[in-house]
Amino acid sequence: MNRVVITGAGTINALGHSVPDTLAAMREGRCGIGPLEFRDVERLSIRIGGQVRGFEPQEQFNRQQLSLYDRFTQFTLIAAKQAIDQAGIEFSDELAARAGVVLGTAGGGVSTWDDNYRSVYEDGKNRVHPFVVPRLMNNAAASHVSMEYNLKGPSFTVSTACASSNHAMAQAFAMVRSGLAPVMVTGGSESMLCFGGVKAWEGLRVMSRDACRPFSLGRNGMVQGEGAGIFVFEEYEHARARGAEPLCEVAGFSMSSDAADIVMPSKQGAARAISGALRDGRIAPEDVGYINAHGTGTNANDKTECAAVADVFGAHADQLMISSTKSMHGHLIGGTGAVELLACIMALRDGVIAPTIGYEEPDPECALDVVPNQAREAKVSVVLSNAFAFGGLNAVLALRKV
Amino acid sequence: MSIRDKVIAIIAEQALLEPADVTDSSTLESLGIDSLGLVESIFAIEEAFDISVPFNANEPSAGDFDISSVASIIAGIETLISQRT
Repeated sequence: MNRVVITGAGTINALGHSVPDTLAAMREGRCGIGPLEFRDVERLSIRIGGQVRGFEPQEQFNRQQLSLYDRFTQFTLIAAKQAIDQAGIEFSDELAARAGVVLGTAGGGVSTWDDNYRSVYEDGKNRVHPFVVPRLMNNAAASHVSMEYNLKGPSFTVSTACASSNHAMAQAFAMVRSGLAPVMVTGGSESMLCFGGVKAWEGLRVMSRDACRPFSLGRNGMVQGEGAGIFVFEEYEHARARGAEPLCEVAGFSMSSDAADIVMPSKQGAARAISGALRDGRIAPEDVGYINAHGTGTNANDKTECAAVADVFGAHADQLMISSTKSMHGHLIGGTGAVELLACIMALRDGVIAPTIGYEEPDPECALDVVPNQAREAKVSVVLSNAFAFGGLNAVLALRKV
Repeated sequence: MSIRDKVIAIIAEQALLEPADVTDSSTLESLGIDSLGLVESIFAIEEAFDISVPFNANEPSAGDFDISSVASIIAGIETLISQRT
């Protein structure tokens, strides 16, 4: 089995349009959540989110590209460029034939659906643009990355709601580890911050109207975000041979299904995914220094997640740090695990643990060290990233210092 | 703007050319318009003239709508517009 390292990372999200900007914001505990701005927002009862601001697609893409790129694809391509540039890799010949791209998204081109439903239902139009389907399909982003970078190996999109990115990255990791592909581009993106996207979430009554306060007493729900996180996963010797500098190693993963409820999380399912990732990476529980939590800020998730961590780690649960960066960038749904992986890389590389901001008061049901409000310096050598999706589908990744 | 000028403007925009570079005898292929560009042009034409162009990408040469040259496209659109009123 091959060792797998990350040799490039890219992102655009509410905290920044690059990895350095995003990590700086996480270190400062800055909040990227604010009033939503889009058409008909006044008809929503939930009016906050982690929207990407100061982003002008016309400056990044030409007219032909824009006619084919939904916002979730635009985010993906911007993040992919950063990641592939950082990795300093070019895909040609044999490498191109074997390297692929596996991405996560829950909704795909949500604003394309939204705009065109509006056009035919509300405006009464009987004709839509011919590219509606290629824009909105969930695999559009992965396909455009493959075309842009000549990736001709295994390529597809994974859609498991809030765990999409973690499932995608786990899959990419498994492919590189097994030798199926020497390099995989992976991660995920989401762009649901439009009227229909937020209206749907509003219906579920799990959204906060004021802030995302994971693990805090008095938390009142999740806040949506948008953006993308993209990485280059590369076989260790392949990276070494070309002198690439690894950001960290991907050590293991686990996927599990609760097989129980379509929305309520399960402690057992989460715990099985966490302990599975440890087993897969041959990691002793006491070696884990930090967990990037799923930490949605809902009552149900946060207490269930803390209970699962306590079950898996026993006494060590009180020694490790666990934080939810969703408090800063919002919940990117299918793209969330990808952006959150950046906090894991920061912990391993820079020794900085991103905080859980908006934290007001301890909740006895979340009695772990959640790194409240302020980033912390700490040396950690192994970290986990949790994702527990609606539908009871869980995926946990384990990363290690190289 | 005449029907002809409007159609040429739409095709030129799609081909990223000046309207003067689009002539009656130009074919879509010679202008560098591919199959996606074609359906996008037809969409723009339908929007501009409020007509429905009977074109199926599976059978480009079937039906009455002839796309073999700019002149034939203009003629087809003029027919559709005259049938509309």
